[in-house]
Amino acid sequence: MKKNFITAFLMTIATTVLLGIIYPLVVTGLAQVLFPRQANGQLIKKDGKVIGSRIIGQAFSGPGYFHSRPSAVGYDATNSNGSQLGPTNHQLIERVKGDVATLQAENPGQPVPIDLVTASASGLDPEISPAAAEFQVRRIARARGLSADEVRRLVQQHTQLRQFGFLGEPRVNVLELNLSLDAIRSGASRATN
Amino acid sequence: MTVNGWLQILLFLALIFAVTKPMGVFMARVFSRERTFMDPVLRPVERLLYRITGVDEDHEMRWTEYAIAMLLFSVVSMIVLYLMERLQGFLPFNPQKFGAVTPVHLAFNTAASFTTNTNWQAYAGESTMSYFTQMAGLAYHNFASAAVGIALAIAFIRGIARRQMETIGNFWVDLVRSCLWVLLPFCVVGALLLVSQGVVQNLRPYDKAALVEPQQVQTTGADGKTVTTTVTEQTIAQGPVASQEIIKEFGTNGGGFFNANSAHPFENPTPFSNLIELFSIFTIGAGLTYTLGRMTGSQRHGWAVWSAMAILFLAGVTVAYWAEARGNPLMAGTDQHASAVQAGGNMEGKEVRFGIANSALFATVTTDASCGAINGWHDSYTPLGGMVPLVNIMLSEVIFGGVGAGMYGMLIYVVLAVFIAGLMVGRTPEYLGKKIEAYDVKMAMLVALVFPLVILTFTAISSVKGFGTSSIANPGPHGLSEMLYAFTSGAGNNGSAFGGLNANTLWYNTTMGLTMLAGRFLMIIPMLAIAGNLARKKYVPPSLGTFPVTTPLFTVLLIGVILIVGALTFFPALSLGPILEHLLMAAGKTF
Repeated sequence: MKKNFITAFLMTIATTVLLGIIYPLVVTGLAQVLFPRQANGQLIKKDGKVIGSRIIGQAFSGPGYFHSRPSAVGYDATNSNGSQLGPTNHQLIERVKGDVATLQAENPGQPVPIDLVTASASGLDPEISPAAAEFQVRRIARARGLSADEVRRLVQQHTQLRQFGFLGEPRVNVLELNLSLDAIRSGASRATN
Repeated sequence: MTVNGWLQILLFLALIFAVTKPMGVFMARVFSRERTFMDPVLRPVERLLYRITGVDEDHEMRWTEYAIAMLLFSVVSMIVLYLMERLQGFLPFNPQKFGAVTPVHLAFNTAASFTTNTNWQAYAGESTMSYFTQMAGLAYHNFASAAVGIALAIAFIRGIARRQMETIGNFWVDLVRSCLWVLLPFCVVGALLLVSQGVVQNLRPYDKAALVEPQQVQTTGADGKTVTTTVTEQTIAQGPVASQEIIKEFGTNGGGFFNANSAHPFENPTPFSNLIELFSIFTIGAGLTYTLGRMTGSQRHGWAVWSAMAILFLAGVTVAYWAEARGNPLMAGTDQHASAVQAGGNMEGKEVRFGIANSALFATVTTDASCGAINGWHDSYTPLGGMVPLVNIMLSEVIFGGVGAGMYGMLIYVVLAVFIAGLMVGRTPEYLGKKIEAYDVKMAMLVALVFPLVILTFTAISSVKGFGTSSIANPGPHGLSEMLYAFTSGAGNNGSAFGGLNANTLWYNTTMGLTMLAGRFLMIIPMLAIAGNLARKKYVPPSLGTFPVTTPLFTVLLIGVILIVGALTFFPALSLGPILEHLLMAAGKTF
């Protein structure tokens, strides 16, 4: 009993040093050497300043930008969460109803792609479905004085198909798409990764 | 449901089938202390650890000493984690300058949670824990509690395999070999694969990004007035995530670095990272069925158990996928049909890159095993879609199962199945040459009864008392589901949640802490008692009257016992929660 107690104590310390300190630091070192961009969060910089991460969503509300999905945390990247609303909670149903009404003003009578009116799990979903992007094309074309086909071409450029052809779902990165919309308007000053 | 969705699900099962044998053979060699290809690197580390900690690697333990060593290690490492949480303000790797984890009952709850392999989280990682606590406290316990689980499963298997012996192995040796051979090498490779997909791994302070389009945000202040503020910045939480992410899945722990767990783009950025995480959750559990067959000399028995697991997995994922793909009929004016340009279905609390198939698959896998990681919020699943994870945990997570815990949980069911088969043919039941007698069945029933007792008692108290119901986020039958899920998750050491429930209260932190400790240790001790008792017994060669445990008939009987013992216990509670909610949702009712 006493011997096992001493062993328990020493084992905790020794394995903590090995698995809790050496292991994560070695992985950090290897990751920083092998995949420095991914390991640091794929930050996007413009004129030397960080303007976001490629894979962390941001909120957009102006008519000239593609809108991200609803977020329960307002795209606060220190507070990731979903709405936690259950399927029969009237707050959820009312919220969806309100968003549907607003969005259908753009495309009267058309059913709204479901991801555009449902809050993501992380509250930071960087992507929308191609259907949700198409739903917004006409509004953006109007606001920016572009033709719908021009906007559609941009959407297509930023549509990621299923990984390796079959994994996951097709999707459009909202931040990158909006940055390329801005690049058309301002011409030269492009965001760099 | 789509063809592509099913393709992804079946591909996943095929990968698990493929890894079962190599993983199982490898573990059998590791725990029989035979040579493996990693010995040149790992043997010196192992010897060094024994020298530091004073372990005699040739010493064999009876089940009582094995249990005491396991308990001492768990208590000591739990106290160290508690102190680390409380003292993190004075420790290194804390760029965000987080102070002590408060209140005290939250720190206790978290320490109990990670020591028991539950990883129930009543806190949000990115706003509570320093990088040091995450690495040396939480991620460390992901290794330690997983290694304890594997050690126990191996001890149980030895109990079945050994004849007329008093001992079942050495806890310290099993612990160290689990960590060094089974867990660590896989994690180094897996972590780097995850980083390649975009899981972050750094020690930087959080980044500040200037928003592309500043946002007007309306908030209601304490005085009830609405204030409009302009948000121009996004603070992006960082950290050593990948090294913790991989062991979180591989050790079926489930505690996320971030609050949103594997839904967070920095924890699970692509469909491929999602597949790696899913694969990691089942690998050890599947492998242990082969180890069981190999160490007991009945490989076909191992596969019979594997088949029962695979059938129950497919049943669960089918229901969850079907329910989520059907969507929510209350959301009028939306397009929920799956097509080439959208996943459709119930997307509340899910991520676009995973869609419906991968979210339903993840929810099933994480609760088949005692993992508890999530890539979508179970609270926002449809009533039946959310019932699948709940029922999976209620079946004691034996479908591939938590690392080690799934195997010994399943072996308890096997003992009961063999016993029931024995009753039906009127003979003393035998299991792989060992007579199953009164003592063994009593201990197995103890395990089977502690679990629902803890869950139903605490849920019942919570549902009639203000300190229980005031934490509910979703009214109606869903509220009962939230409380039932919490205690089921705690007792099953799963750690996933119906996340709306505000669990960071004195009542829930304390009772959940106790539930997790009971769910772990009150199961382990009777289980080790059976192992010790079996090891002592004489071998009885199979005769004509022996019920074979290698046939499809056995697989069917085993599934039947799991469903009867596990699910019927909870049917009344389920019918008042998710089943009632499903019927009311179909009738168009909201709460």
